[in-house]
Amino acid sequence: MPIDLPTVWAGLIAFAVLAYVVLDGFDLGVGILFPLFPERRDRDIMTNSVAPVWDGNETWLVLGGGGLMAVFPVVYATVLPALYMPIILMLLGLIFRGVAFEFRWRTQRGSIWWDVGFFAGSTIAAFMQGIALGALVKGIAIADRSYVGGWWDWLSPFSILTGLALVVGYALLGATWLNLKTTGGLQERARRIAMITGVGTVALIGVVSLWTPFINPVYFDRWFGWPTAFFSAFVPLLVAVCVAALWHGLTTDKHLQPFLAALGLFVLSFVGLGISFYPYIVPGALTIEEAAAPESSLAFLLVGAVVLVPIILAYTGYAYWVFRGKIDPEEGYH
Amino acid sequence: MFMGMTAEILARIQFAFTVSFHFIFPAFSIGTAAYIAVLNALWLWKRDPAYLKLFEYWKTIFAVTFGMGVVSGIVMSYQFGTNWAVFSDRAGPVIGPLMGYEVLTAFFLEAGFLGIALFGRKRVGDGLHMFAVVMVAVGTLISATWIISANSWMHTPAGFSVDANGNFVPEDWWAIIFNPSFPYRLTHTVLAAFLTTAFGVGAVGAWHLLKDRENRQARIMFSMAMWMAAIVTPIQIFVGDQHGLNTLEHQPAKIAAMEGHYETQRGAPLILFGIPDDEAEVTRYAIEIPKLGSLILTHDPDGEILGLKEWAREDRPPAIIPFFTFRIMVGIGFLMLGVGLWSLWARWRKTLYTSTWLHRAALVMGPSGFVAVLAGWYTTEVGRQPYTVYNLMRTSESLSPVDAPAVGASLIAFVVVYFIVFGAGVFYLLRLMRRTPVLDEDHELDKGPHRAAGITPGPAQEEPIRSGDQHAN
Ligand code: HDD
Ligand code: HEM
Ligand code: HEM
Repeated sequence: MPIDLPTVWAGLIAFAVLAYVVLDGFDLGVGILFPLFPERRDRDIMTNSVAPVWDGNETWLVLGGGGLMAVFPVVYATVLPALYMPIILMLLGLIFRGVAFEFRWRTQRGSIWWDVGFFAGSTIAAFMQGIALGALVKGIAIADRSYVGGWWDWLSPFSILTGLALVVGYALLGATWLNLKTTGGLQERARRIAMITGVGTVALIGVVSLWTPFINPVYFDRWFGWPTAFFSAFVPLLVAVCVAALWHGLTTDKHLQPFLAALGLFVLSFVGLGISFYPYIVPGALTIEEAAAPESSLAFLLVGAVVLVPIILAYTGYAYWVFRGKIDPEEGYH
Repeated sequence: MFMGMTAEILARIQFAFTVSFHFIFPAFSIGTAAYIAVLNALWLWKRDPAYLKLFEYWKTIFAVTFGMGVVSGIVMSYQFGTNWAVFSDRAGPVIGPLMGYEVLTAFFLEAGFLGIALFGRKRVGDGLHMFAVVMVAVGTLISATWIISANSWMHTPAGFSVDANGNFVPEDWWAIIFNPSFPYRLTHTVLAAFLTTAFGVGAVGAWHLLKDRENRQARIMFSMAMWMAAIVTPIQIFVGDQHGLNTLEHQPAKIAAMEGHYETQRGAPLILFGIPDDEAEVTRYAIEIPKLGSLILTHDPDGEILGLKEWAREDRPPAIIPFFTFRIMVGIGFLMLGVGLWSLWARWRKTLYTSTWLHRAALVMGPSGFVAVLAGWYTTEVGRQPYTVYNLMRTSESLSPVDAPAVGASLIAFVVVYFIVFGAGVFYLLRLMRRTPVLDEDHELDKGPHRAAGITPGPAQEEPIRSGDQHAN
């Protein structure tokens, strides 16, 4: 694996996307679970648990997108037209989700509508992100640096499955987050939901993983060919460890452990994807090297990223720390 | 359904629609972020609860505006790829890193400290809370700096080369960031944001003064806003003039369109009003002041001004939009100046808080900043046509390989969603501004645990108060 600028950037973009998925994953998950908590009081606590951090979580999505335009412009310019509809629907979903935090407090009669918007926006955004992932794994048609496929190419049984998997997976993240941040009946219910969504997530990860190698022979060789199979065997093993930790944490009423275990599942699935993709950035169409922007762009932004990303992580961590602990229903950030 | 509409025109309408909506919010949140930082500093310095109450009052309004700015901005960062794929591919190596720096230096900063600034005073203490508020304000300004740099580069590209595939390759980042129009555009836009906020705050103050001229907080906001209006407007007019001279140097066709000149002439008049007709290449019904156009633009009554006929028809911007939007902006600028001077006069006469006519004028001028800001952007952007990167890349070449129905359908979806969501948001904002700012004897910090302050209706008794855990302060 050569360590050059494009590879470093591929790693950084992958990190941004992963950070987005796990962080915004739990707050989208909270939105997905909204209908299961009809009490207004519970819902207030649920939104309060993410209100101080959701904007920062979502910013990783902007870094992923903006970063892609900067360092792999051709990927940005082909994948987004290919995924035109899912991306636009995701953006519209994120609009409803984002404004609901403020708007549901601003009105008495209308607040139910923003609750519906919060749920629908979160669910649509999650589903569309999963569809986008599935479509990418299936491969998109690129010729001469532009997208040459049709408008519905993104839609396939596989992409619907990955869409579903992401919704259930985010719901698991959301449930374990609520298990961590809340108390009493709310926490109890979140814990039970986490068990159900945990089973669902693991089952869906299994189906997707079994299906993926048969989509493209490259994936098959990667997972079952030697020597890579040696490394790829670790991933399922570690998945098993996470599943055990998740189950143990939930059955013994641990608060932090299930959340970390759920995060672990996401990280591992993501690493698995990385194993399948490398050295491609758009599977079968563009490699990391081919897609890279001119060196002057890569180097210029890298200087900033190396200095700033650690600082960002530090103050983001600080912000989480400031709002640590269980949500006090009486305190209400709002 | 989209008969006769090409994907290109639909994509342009979609981009213009979403970016115009987006900019409405930064235009207000950049100024409000700075304003609440000042209010909080005044509270820490003077320990006068009026400032704390004002901080809480405007903080809520800021939070709603900011939230809408964030979600509409996320849409923008993906629009380049969905609608302008070829542009993104070819200009991405230049524009992308600038936006990348915007994310790294500004968006994370704003988002990271926003939670603490809005909800964290109790948890981190006054000092760190002040720091967080300042970081949010600084973040909005850094954000403006990078995005304006990216945008200015499209108007006055510099510091790059073009490779065999026609892609832009950055050569000199310093020259790219500080491209010729950037300092002017940045200053003009940030001042515009401050003015937009000043007139917004001024209108809220005026509204409450009209109801109760003794209201202390209404007086404070009105006075602060009028100082801003009186001081910043003249600076803005001066900067705008300099900006125009810079444009004359780099984009003379845009100036010709703004001025409605088709013929190149010495001693060109200033056309106050008229209707430019691109077909016939004349400005009809023109009301002109002889030689003033040349005087303003070249500082010489007989200076030469290029007309649109210097350029082939397909290389000209359409004149009618820049011509009118420019006049709207400048007209509002002078109205703002008028209100600013009037407030100075009233202040001197000690009638600032009692002059009902001044308050009415300030109320009417409340939305003027938004109108001027959008008018300014339309002047700038339409005047750049038919190029995305001036003289180098045409808008028609920038388009994604998209089908008109897909763009058209998503355009309709954006229009519907934006009007519902942001319409509701603006309605809530107006309702928040209608709350009478009140000053309780016991202010928030003397009380026990931090309760329902902040984004909930808080002190406003006329607001719907949520049942259950909500405690009105
Ligand atoms: C002069 C200022 C200015 C201009 C011209 C633009 N923006 Fe903006 N933007 C801001 C000033 C700003 C801001 C002040 O930083 C925001 C406004 C809302 C908010 O309140 O933060 C913001 C938010 C914002 C966000 C969300 C940031 C977050 O997650 O916190 C994104 C992704 C963008 N913008 C992207 C864009 C793009 C792609 C633009 C160009 C087409 C653009 N903005 C024009
Ligand atoms: C925020 C204020 C802005 C407003 C209100 C605005 C408005 C507009 C409008 C009205 C057009 C359409 C012009 C036409 O088609 O005739 C346009 C085009 C465009 N603008 Fe802006 N703009 C803004 C900022 C920006 C920024 C910051 C960028 C880039 C960094 C940008 C990039 C573009 C591009 C790529 C186009 C080409 C698409 C087109 O011609 O329609 N704009 N803008
Ligand atoms: C009254 C005197 C003013 C003059 C002479 C003036 C001049 C200009 C010029 C020449 C441009 C186009 C620059 C270009 O792209 O070539 C412009 C753009 C703009 N103006 Fe003004 N302006 C004035 C007042 C205002 C006011 C009062 C506001 C808002 C409160 C405002 C907001 C803007 C904005 C947001 C833009 C677009 C961004 C930019 O290009 O800077 N202007 N102005």
